[in-house]
Amino acid sequence: MKILTGNDLKSGAVTWWTGVEWSLHVEDAVDVGDNADTVLAREQAARRVTGAYAIDAARDEAGIRPAHIKERIRALGPTVRPDLTLKPADPNAGQWVI
Amino acid sequence: MGDLMYKYDQYDQAMVDARVAEFRDQVRRRLDGHLAEEAFRPLRLMNGLYLQLHAYMLRVAIPYGTLSSAQMRMLGHIADKYDRGYGHFTTRQNIQYNWIKLEEAPDILADLASVEMHAIQTSGNCIRNTTSDQYAGAAADELVDPRPYAELIRQWSTFHPEFSYLPRKFKMAVIASDTDRAAMRLHDIGIQIVRNAAGDLGAAFYVGGGMGRTPMIAPCINSFVPLDQFITYAEACLRVYNRHGRRDNKYKARIKILVHELGKDEYTRQVEAEFAHLLSQNIEPPLAELERIKAQFVDPPFETGLSDELDRSDPDFALWVDNNTVAHKAPGYAVAVISLKPVGAIPGDASADQIRVMADLAERYSFDELRVTHAQNIVLPHVRKADLYALWQVLDANGLATANLDQIGDIIACPGLDYCTLANARSIPVAQQISQRMAAKEQEIGELKLKISGCINACGHHHAGHIGILGVDRKGVENYQLLLGGSEGADCSLGQITGPGFDENGIVDAVERVTDRYLGERQPGERFLDTYRRIGMAPFKEAIYG
Repeated sequence: MKILTGNDLKSGAVTWWTGVEWSLHVEDAVDVGDNADTVLAREQAARRVTGAYAIDAARDEAGIRPAHIKERIRALGPTVRPDLTLKPADPNAGQWVI
Repeated sequence: MGDLMYKYDQYDQAMVDARVAEFRDQVRRRLDGHLAEEAFRPLRLMNGLYLQLHAYMLRVAIPYGTLSSAQMRMLGHIADKYDRGYGHFTTRQNIQYNWIKLEEAPDILADLASVEMHAIQTSGNCIRNTTSDQYAGAAADELVDPRPYAELIRQWSTFHPEFSYLPRKFKMAVIASDTDRAAMRLHDIGIQIVRNAAGDLGAAFYVGGGMGRTPMIAPCINSFVPLDQFITYAEACLRVYNRHGRRDNKYKARIKILVHELGKDEYTRQVEAEFAHLLSQNIEPPLAELERIKAQFVDPPFETGLSDELDRSDPDFALWVDNNTVAHKAPGYAVAVISLKPVGAIPGDASADQIRVMADLAERYSFDELRVTHAQNIVLPHVRKADLYALWQVLDANGLATANLDQIGDIIACPGLDYCTLANARSIPVAQQISQRMAAKEQEIGELKLKISGCINACGHHHAGHIGILGVDRKGVENYQLLLGGSEGADCSLGQITGPGFDENGIVDAVERVTDRYLGERQPGERFLDTYRRIGMAPFKEAIYG
């Protein structure tokens, strides 16, 4: 599946396209199929996201998993600072990216 | 503000204040839609604001690594108010914040300007922040304080219209001792202040060094340029590069490629011709300006008659003194190095509280001065030996007293894939694992500089590590190459790859096998690097790969 990611223009936070808006959580992402360019052009022009692009991902039992480790780290946060990830209560959350 | 370092004049302050106002307007226009990202991106980068893996990242310039206590406190304030309570000191003596909001960036720059700081020259294809010896003005072995020359370069290079759009970024370092503590020969231009046979001071120019994907050690192209001509000579070096440097291929755009492809002799010939021309143009800053700058880097009022004796009855303190203090030029004083490498911690990171503690200690014990090292540590340059124990106690209470300077736990590591968009692999977890694994053997091993980069750009200086590690992406999986035999010092050398790479656990095992082989092979007095140079790669390859 193809999903869209970028950064919030004001905060710089990593965001994911839900089909309606941009979410902080990769599990909210939707498959955009062949519509990536259209959505990206519209959303970036409206300044709802910046630096956005399409990536490959797959859906598994844990949810949506970006294909590349770099995107998994973007989705979670820095593996070396569990307290600053999106799952601060889970000390093993970093294992998901590997 | 300290009295013993450069203070802005009205021109410096006006330039920085104007830049803050300009950037505030640019951010406003970006947020309200009058500037598209393509137009805005180079403008934010000129102010050190990157879009990194998780958020905007702001890189703040610390010219030649020198800070006052007030400036250090401001860095802690920014970490608390605008970031997530910490900062990351970098291998170019700067600091980075990883969680910056675009709408707050102008306020941060305004706060920095209030203490004579900025984020100019920390990105883009310009002359970047000039680095220097972290012990400048304090080292027992230096000829003169190199920082006035670095400050003159800062003033000359800031907003230099001819060199604002070079083929690639351009890094300069200035030292003034034969012990190179600034990786001088691994810069685009390295300058060593030297004295000739007649007793005059001059600048030796080393041009075309660098790390990255094509590491090269800079050759000396002129061993003595008079100090009243050295900016003109630098201008000639840059002008030849700007004329011929490749703009068609970013991987071949650094000056090291030009010097290599033209050859040192032809590049030097062109520089000398340009230099002769520029001398007739009288572009050198007035000597009075250099003298004005030098007058602001005078020695602190050192006390005389101090004892060099120390009470070493506390073994932990004695170990820290042995490992983390350096000879000072003034009797009764020492240079104290604060390690930002506790066992298992993130190299170069400091919390806002730790930053404030270090600022307070500098005010109390080091004439209000601190330095950032390219090895991602902090220096208090002028501490009375009689104050070392009190200093150490405060450091120890704040997690800042790790006694591992230049040892295997004192690892240089780039932010790697945990923070950086360019990285191919994580650096920090590897550094943490090695630090933990090797902690018990650290003192036995002695000096061993280990440096880790998460990609070929080599921000972690892996080419120059006695042991270097390079993270690569192998079909989406992190893989780590091992290098041995590099050095960034006066005995500069580039590390050689041992062979096939390793996964995250494998690289830690490999480092341990290398150090075990060293311990088995070393002769009395040998550092790891000495043993490697004596016996070569083969015994280590055998230890690693069998």
